[in-house]
Amino acid sequence: MSAPAPGAPVIEARQLTRRFGSFTAVDAVSFEVERGEIFGYLGANGAGKSTTIRMLNGLLAPTSGTARVAGHDVAADPDSVKASIGYMSQKFSLYLDLPVMENLLFFGGAYGLFGKALRVRAGELLELTGLAGQDAAITGSLPGGMRQRLALAGAILHRPEVVFLDEPTAGVDPVARRAFWRLIRQLSSGGTTVFVTTHYLDEAEYCRRIGLMVDGRLVALDSPAGLKRTWVPDRVLVARGQGLAGAAAALAGRDGVRSVQPFGAGLHLRVDPARLDEAGVGRILSAAGAREVVVDRAEPSLEDVFLAVVGREARGEAVT
Amino acid sequence: MELHPERGEAVREADAAPALSARGLSRRFGAVTALDGLTFEVARGELYGLVGPDGAGKTTAIRALAGLIRLDGGEARVLGLAADDHAVRERVGLMPQQFSLYRDLSVGENLRFFSRVFVLPREVYRRRAERLLEITRLGPFLDRRADALSGGMYKKLALACALLHEPEVLLLDEPTNGVDPVSRRELWALLHEFVHGGMTVLVSTPYMDEAERCGRVGLMNRGRLLLEGAPPALIAGFRDEAYEVRGGERDRVEAELARTASVRAASPAGERLRIVVARGAAPELARSLAPLGATLAPVTPDFEDLFLSRIREEDA
Ligand SMILES: Nc1ncnc2c1ncn2[C@@H]1O[C@H](COP(=O)(O)OP(=O)(O)OP(=O)(O)O)[C@@H](O)[C@H]1O
Ligand SMILES: Nc1ncnc2c1ncn2[C@@H]1O[C@H](COP(=O)(O)OP(=O)(O)OP(=O)(O)O)[C@@H](O)[C@H]1O
Ligand SMILES: [Mg+2]
Ligand SMILES: [Mg+2]
Repeated sequence: MSAPAPGAPVIEARQLTRRFGSFTAVDAVSFEVERGEIFGYLGANGAGKSTTIRMLNGLLAPTSGTARVAGHDVAADPDSVKASIGYMSQKFSLYLDLPVMENLLFFGGAYGLFGKALRVRAGELLELTGLAGQDAAITGSLPGGMRQRLALAGAILHRPEVVFLDEPTAGVDPVARRAFWRLIRQLSSGGTTVFVTTHYLDEAEYCRRIGLMVDGRLVALDSPAGLKRTWVPDRVLVARGQGLAGAAAALAGRDGVRSVQPFGAGLHLRVDPARLDEAGVGRILSAAGAREVVVDRAEPSLEDVFLAVVGREARGEAVT
Repeated sequence: MELHPERGEAVREADAAPALSARGLSRRFGAVTALDGLTFEVARGELYGLVGPDGAGKTTAIRALAGLIRLDGGEARVLGLAADDHAVRERVGLMPQQFSLYRDLSVGENLRFFSRVFVLPREVYRRRAERLLEITRLGPFLDRRADALSGGMYKKLALACALLHEPEVLLLDEPTNGVDPVSRRELWALLHEFVHGGMTVLVSTPYMDEAERCGRVGLMNRGRLLLEGAPPALIAGFRDEAYEVRGGERDRVEAELARTASVRAASPAGERLRIVVARGAAPELARSLAPLGATLAPVTPDFEDLFLSRIREEDA
């Protein structure tokens, strides 16, 4: 086994590129992921996240550039890569008409696990993923969140060094999403490296580092706090009250207002603190007819970062 | 021409009826009770959100209102007519949770195909398609086959195809799963515009920020409605309390929170944690967090806090 030296990165991408015809889906992407890290990979639809993952998994050959995963070169030795990683694809990977246990045994067989050892390991994983006692349930009858935990169990049956989770919580309810992330964090504290994509930016806060992709390029890579410092220097305010939707127009274009977005039933705004403060925003909204207005300062969220990096304004600036 | 007096009566009644009405809907699948006497109404021009844990019965409810499944009991009506009445079918649009496109057709071909299904005049089609392509950012990919799209692009194309038809009543089952945060905002702005124009929309969603943008929301669990109302009113009636935990080392703080029964949920809020705590339990929790160097600061609850608290309470 060519296990990587301690401290060496578990995933290493160098100028990784994939073209489909004349379209470049992944464009010279370089990064490293350390052992046990939860690494988040974010970006708009079509940015190239799944394509990157398929290359790192040895499922899709890079057009150019290289990547090493768990010590193996993805182009030269895709079979060794596949044996050292677990993968939950964005599309569904379970047999819905089979019982839960059969699905796990099927995954195990694919990874060369058999017999008693496989059954014991499958039992362990049902316990870990909160599915104990569901062995005989038909997979298709499980709620979405449980199915996703079963798919994760299948992906880690063979104790891979690295797991790639491509939108594992898409469509999963808020309670089940939290249960799923407890599992991810448990895996990572046990030394497994987790590479995860998501469009739920609240859960991305649990990543140690995040890479942000725009149109095939990796444009930012930092901790959640670092990304916020770099990309959201403005002050973030949240306004709540009655009649905000009608009054919001009064803020657009005002001196010091950088952006105004609906946020749940309230408004989320970014202002230049040197030119406008909470009280100023409250006055503008009240004058425009809003009632019971409360304006609070908020910590910037990863959603603010996402909007700053891939939102239309950001793209407009990039074009000019 | 004179209307038959009884028929005229029926027409007037249908015009006054709510857009959607579910009365005591029940449906079992084998041993599973998917709908258990579900009752709710959606007025014309309303944007109504259906939320609830996975398996709560949202899809089954939407399928019943689309007239697609047999019910064991109860009655589903749309615009005053039985949900499976052919007279109502073309006035209702449905986007199912698993919407199938033609995978071997391009983005443009799929849109044109659906415009023919909905019999849209060419000018109307052109105007709507242009707008939808802009919002979904699929404009540059008109010639790409559907099976070469990314997961979220495929979902957005499905949504664009469903939205081409601007029916009186629109049923959307988790339309934004896998859609990125920027497109999600823009699609919701479009839904608001439709509703402004008089359309009725029933939408199920796992995103609580989307639920908060609905006029009214029904929270479902186990085939029934647990709560219903306008989001601000529901939040105002929140029985638990929401706090931010500041300071302390995250792993140790979380372990303590996990041990405490009064803590219904914890989620990251930047470097801090946001928690939902049973009413009145905060002082005791604050005492057990103090040795870890963490303090509690009250925050305004949101719809996600409400969801977490009610569902945890039901499960307990
Ligand atoms: N076989 C293919 N032929 C042509 N284009 C392709 C093919 N596979 C992927 N693409 C394109 O590559 C781009 C990146 O797709 P990818 O699936 O990596 O996006 P993603 O970031 O995972 O998006 P999402 O958030 O929607 O899952 C998209 O424009 C997609 O249409
Ligand atoms: N055709 C079917 N056969 C058997 N069971 C079914 C069928 N359709 C739904 N069920 C079961 O009925 C229950 C309600 O399912 P439904 O799909 O309506 O829930 P949901 O709220 O839409 O969930 P999700 O958020 O996961 O989409 C679930 O337990 C589901 O497994
Ligand atoms: Mg993807
Ligand atoms: Mg559903």
